Amino acid sequence: MTRQTVDLRPNGQPPVPRPRPVAQVLMRPQVIALAAVLGVNWLLFPGFFSITWQDGRLFGSLIDVLNRGAPVAILAIGMTMVIATKGVDLSVGAVMAISGAVAATLVSAGVSAPVAVLAALAAGLLCGLWNGVLVTVLEIQPIIATLVLMVAGRGVAQLITEGTIVTFSDPVLIFIGTGAFLGLPMPVVIALVLMVAATLIVRRTALGLLIEAVGVNRSAARFAGLSAGAFLVAVYAFAGVCAAIAGLIVAGDIRGADANNAGLWLELDAILAVVIGGTSLLGGRFSIPMAVLGAIIIQAMNTGILISGFSPEFNLVVKAAVIVAILILQSPHAALLVRRLRGLQSGAGK
Amino acid sequence: MTETGVAGAAPVLEARGIVKIFGQHRALDGVDFAAHGGEVHALLGENGAGKSTLIKILTGAYQPDGGELLLEGAPIHLRDPLQGQGFGIGTVYQEVNLLPNRSVAENLFLGRQPTRFGLIDRRSSEAQAAGLLARYGLEIDVRAELSEYSVAVQQIVAIARAVELSGKVLVLDEPTASLDRNEVLRLFEVVRGLKARGLAIIFITHFLDQVFDLADRVTILRNGRKVATQPLAALNATDVVRMMLGKDVAFDHQGSALAGAAKGAVRVEFRGMGRKGMAPFDLAVHEGEVVRVAGLLGSGRTEVARLMFGVDAAEGGEVLVDGRPVAIRNPAEAVAAGFGFCPEDRKIDGIFGDLSVRENIIIALQAKLGWFKALNRDDQVELAGRYAEALDIRAADHDMPVKLLSGGNQQKVILARWLAIDPTFLILDEPTRGIDVGAHAEIVRTINRLREEGLALFVISSELDEVVAYSNRIVVMRDREMVAELDGQDIAPDAIVQAIAGTQGTRP
Repeated sequence: MTRQTVDLRPNGQPPVPRPRPVAQVLMRPQVIALAAVLGVNWLLFPGFFSITWQDGRLFGSLIDVLNRGAPVAILAIGMTMVIATKGVDLSVGAVMAISGAVAATLVSAGVSAPVAVLAALAAGLLCGLWNGVLVTVLEIQPIIATLVLMVAGRGVAQLITEGTIVTFSDPVLIFIGTGAFLGLPMPVVIALVLMVAATLIVRRTALGLLIEAVGVNRSAARFAGLSAGAFLVAVYAFAGVCAAIAGLIVAGDIRGADANNAGLWLELDAILAVVIGGTSLLGGRFSIPMAVLGAIIIQAMNTGILISGFSPEFNLVVKAAVIVAILILQSPHAALLVRRLRGLQSGAGK
Repeated sequence: MTETGVAGAAPVLEARGIVKIFGQHRALDGVDFAAHGGEVHALLGENGAGKSTLIKILTGAYQPDGGELLLEGAPIHLRDPLQGQGFGIGTVYQEVNLLPNRSVAENLFLGRQPTRFGLIDRRSSEAQAAGLLARYGLEIDVRAELSEYSVAVQQIVAIARAVELSGKVLVLDEPTASLDRNEVLRLFEVVRGLKARGLAIIFITHFLDQVFDLADRVTILRNGRKVATQPLAALNATDVVRMMLGKDVAFDHQGSALAGAAKGAVRVEFRGMGRKGMAPFDLAVHEGEVVRVAGLLGSGRTEVARLMFGVDAAEGGEVLVDGRPVAIRNPAEAVAAGFGFCPEDRKIDGIFGDLSVRENIIIALQAKLGWFKALNRDDQVELAGRYAEALDIRAADHDMPVKLLSGGNQQKVILARWLAIDPTFLILDEPTRGIDVGAHAEIVRTINRLREEGLALFVISSELDEVVAYSNRIVVMRDREMVAELDGQDIAPDAIVQAIAGTQGTRP
């Protein structure tokens, strides 16, 4: 075979990859928003930043924010990938309930904890595959396809628990929800590990780029030789597994499976976290760490309102206001405005 | 070109010097057009000639960037199609734009039903509808839902509605595309009746025979310019095809410049490839050979390319690459076999607008390598740099989103994407469409260079001069069938034009 070469003149100046300075990361609207929310919390509650070491683990409001935010952060990791493909997964809250129900019912029946955990993860995987098949093979719009499991999933969870709250005293499951590792609460450790692992996998392999390509233009992805369907099924499956992990944490935390309330409405917080993290609902560019940051911002607000003594009803209104502010900061209009202001400044400086 | 107006009468609708610009592309460049009362005026042109842009300007869907519209001699400015309708300009599209689940009468009078005491007077509405349709030779139950009737009947209802609402100019945009022979005849009867009533009818179609059957005059557009307006009585199908495809090429030049050029062994071979609505074809493309497809819009050119690349699954047939059979059931398998495909619609099927120039160039190679074997950043930068330089892709830097590039540069990015996989066989569907003249010439040169370097190429193009000048072989398509193959010395514009025009004219 002859090799087709196209004029291999050495390229004079390859475009230099631009490094991302720390200052640029710190100036992101999400980071500024988190700093602002934490600052307000500190004003409301001067002891907010104090962290103490007790019984071999860290305690403090900040740790509490991370701990409480972990389930949504884990959901957001899976949700980021789904949204990057121009999809959405409304079923993750219900999948959390299924996962908790599976684990709790199995350990109550005397099954060993590792098997119960694996079964719960498998249940999450199965749920994700179901969503993926609906979206890919039957070509149902993601919002509708996952709505099916969002509604039916809670029913499935109730069938598994037979309508009761199944409590357990298995130390392994409880450790997942309430234990500590290296001084950090287990949920935080799990979320951190998952975030780092997922980020490495998508960025060290070509997975991230290919998922973005499918999200930006599915038809062009097909023409470029990508099996868009396989990627779609994979991201929904991954979101299902993430939801199962979050479900295990919540069940371990309350030492029981509450099919009605476990993970209720958390899919919305997860979507919000992803959007705050800057991933567009139109698909394409995504960032897992920024979505996790989004989840922390949401939890910091929740905690702030609780410790400030306002009634929880304020929570929703304040949350909405902060979200609108962040979305405005992210919009292209704001970017244009900032650029203009900078232009004025540099103009004045001359 | 000669301008032959209908003697005496002023045109009902006239466009003078119409210019329409999209980005850097001049879709229409000083086009004159005049439709007279009592004539059927056909508008012909290949894809991208500017037909639909002109129609959209005539009906008010687009506003021109230059030139003026005159209705019965007075200048008009149309903001939208509704206003066009108010001025008497009605349009009927290929896809019937009515409400299928409402009755025929409701569809006819929607928005202006006869009322009685402020309420819709259904009985009078139905009586009027039946009377109206009788004038179009339709005796149907106007109370039945529109969807119960055939497309032809729906088409006539749509025409009746447009004529009743407007009444001066009727634009028929590919009205016969989904009709069978008898339905076409019936529709033509209706159109002839309207012509006798003095309407100016503008008829757009890609069926040449229907043009000769129905139209009095024809205006031919190519590349955004008017080629000619002539009475059809003075023309034959070959003349029309020649004008549509262009005759800028030196017609004394016999045979392709590449006639007798050396070519290598057979690179890809398609045997008995076909599917529903596409006659099976055999085709072999050699190393260092450009095979071009000539044929009019709708002749099946793009369908052949889609079959070859696995976009549409073939029903039967086999593909051999370097003599070995390969299965191509989807584009991923085609890419694995070393095929590349620059699709006709860059924006929809080609470009990842939000991804960077670099990512757009390496994506096919990355897809071929699989997700696990990532090209590292240095390799990506090197690849993108190399092909951007080779194809002269003009981008400030390769990390900018590709959507910010001009059409010509985007096309080069897609070409670079395929060159990066070191292809065995490259399919280019209208690679020079909608890009500026400079980039156009560069792409033509690039295709020629790739051929010299031994690539096998299959190129679809509406530009006859290009087809003739840079092909080893030409395949002619008509009615979704490969009808002729011209090789070496046989390649001549006249031969191609005759093969394309073929037996057209014998159909209704």
